[in-house]
Amino acid sequence: MKLKPFRLSVLGLSLLIPAALCAVVLFLAIYSAQAVSFNGIDFISGITWDLGNLYGDPVTVRGAQVPPGASYGILVFIVGTLLSSFIAILIAVPLSVGAAIFLAEAVPAKIRPVLSLLVELVAVVPSVVFGLWGIAVLIPLIAKYIGPGLSAMLGFIPFFAGGNAGGGYGLLATSMVLALMITPIIATTLLDALLQVPKENRESAFALGATHFEVVSKAMMPMVRTTLVGGIVLALGRALGETMAVLMVSGGAINILPQNIFSPVSTIASFIVSQLDSAEQDPTNMAVRSLAEIALVLFIITLVVNAGAKLLSSGVLNVRNSKQ
Amino acid sequence: MSATASSKSSSAKRSSQELRRVAISMAGWTVCGLALFMVIGPLLDVVWVVASRGISVFSIGLFTTVTNGTGGGLANAIEGTLVLSAGALLIAVPIGVGAGIYLSEYGNNKIGSSIRFLSDVLTGTPSIVLGYFSYIVFVTSLGWQFSTLAGSITLAILIVPYLARISELALRQVPVSMREAAYALGANDPVVVFKVVLPGALSGVITGVLLALAISVGETAPLIYTAGWSNYMWNGQLTHSPIGYLTYVIWSFINQPSDESHALAFAAAFIVMLVVLCINIGVRMVVKRTKFI
Repeated sequence: MKLKPFRLSVLGLSLLIPAALCAVVLFLAIYSAQAVSFNGIDFISGITWDLGNLYGDPVTVRGAQVPPGASYGILVFIVGTLLSSFIAILIAVPLSVGAAIFLAEAVPAKIRPVLSLLVELVAVVPSVVFGLWGIAVLIPLIAKYIGPGLSAMLGFIPFFAGGNAGGGYGLLATSMVLALMITPIIATTLLDALLQVPKENRESAFALGATHFEVVSKAMMPMVRTTLVGGIVLALGRALGETMAVLMVSGGAINILPQNIFSPVSTIASFIVSQLDSAEQDPTNMAVRSLAEIALVLFIITLVVNAGAKLLSSGVLNVRNSKQ
Repeated sequence: MSATASSKSSSAKRSSQELRRVAISMAGWTVCGLALFMVIGPLLDVVWVVASRGISVFSIGLFTTVTNGTGGGLANAIEGTLVLSAGALLIAVPIGVGAGIYLSEYGNNKIGSSIRFLSDVLTGTPSIVLGYFSYIVFVTSLGWQFSTLAGSITLAILIVPYLARISELALRQVPVSMREAAYALGANDPVVVFKVVLPGALSGVITGVLLALAISVGETAPLIYTAGWSNYMWNGQLTHSPIGYLTYVIWSFINQPSDESHALAFAAAFIVMLVVLCINIGVRMVVKRTKFI
């Protein structure tokens, strides 16, 4: 067979992408290996993140040199990540479903591109700009109105009691900013699916005497359900890894699990950023290694979620299938 | 409808039922419209707040002086963002476009689909994970410290999968018949790609490069761990010296107590937002609605 140098060279370039991914996983794994063996299972179940006495002589615990009193548990951050993303999804799904339905069916076709462009633009605004807006606009709003209002209405449920404990910074602010950031992902996915629903299906529903809204809610929405779930999972993957906006509005909790929706929280991603300075002080490097282990955990969580989204969206064909 | 009911009451019942259905539909549309408003409203408010507070501090000094502890200008940050993004594009464009060429021209096989899959995985990886990887590899293990090169490489890893995907999509738009015609004239692989396919897909590839630029200008998290921060203009060194960038000013200066710092944070946010929105709006005006996100 003749050797094809051009094809080989572009193949070489494209293999750099998987190579980069493998390097990321491999180096994080190698670097965190000591931390994995030192932390054991307590890493995931422990709630105490304590770098120990960084100025004391390192002691040997479980075969590793660590500062005295060091303990690395990330349950607080795992809970913070999952809880804030989950609440963000709860807020984002109804908003994006409503927005997508309105865009697909109620808006004149001439205006639709403009409005859907605006929805898409929400997704491209940098995270740090949302964080800035959160601090300048959303946090005061939560502290003055949304927080006390929620407590007044739903205060009988302990999760909503406490008003504006954190001055606005906390789980609620985090979830709201995340919800805003992931809404366009769900909305555009759903909009595309709704626009693909065959005309025959809509017309048959109309012919049965359904109102326009019933056509959408009872005939079209069931057809795009799988796509919607795929979009939601994709959005979840984005929310779990979101860093800057969360860091800026979450209040940054450490060593305490969130008590209610106003508690300060930390997510895995925001915690990694916030720990840079202190981890560098650790002479034994165990803190930096444990942070690498956290990064690995975050990578695995998002990988699983994104793989789920991929599996679901490969069922995008459900619109076409149900036509038969 | 019950068969036992008299025709009169049945029709009355039907109309009240219809009324209810119409009312529910109206309520449904209202809720949906409100939902759309609640999605777009915050975006408009973000743009409004950032623009109005950012523009109010614009002056010549903003672009000519460097930041000091609490205020000053943004010259060093603007320069740093340009340097870091340019570096990232220099690294990522050849790789990304090359990968796009492979995937679209020769990638309809197992290797191609595995590269596509792993590239998607890299797209889904949180940027902070990539930043931390670069921190342990380039900043500490290789001893580059916080530096321009570490920051640019991290951004390059971040944008390469986007470039590959968009380039592949763009190249695939070029009709197969054009390739066949070129091959029939005796052209070899590189000639077909560089003289026929790539020129035909140039606007798409440029779109990809612009979107990649928008991403790298707006990124923050991976740079905190790799580029560091500097109050001075770039000294031209690739390693061993940190560099400033705009997004750092946004998240760090908003947490300072003084009004001057806040103003600077908004000015930086306005510049970043302007670049990102202009690129994205421009690209979407030119290219028909294609999903890149």
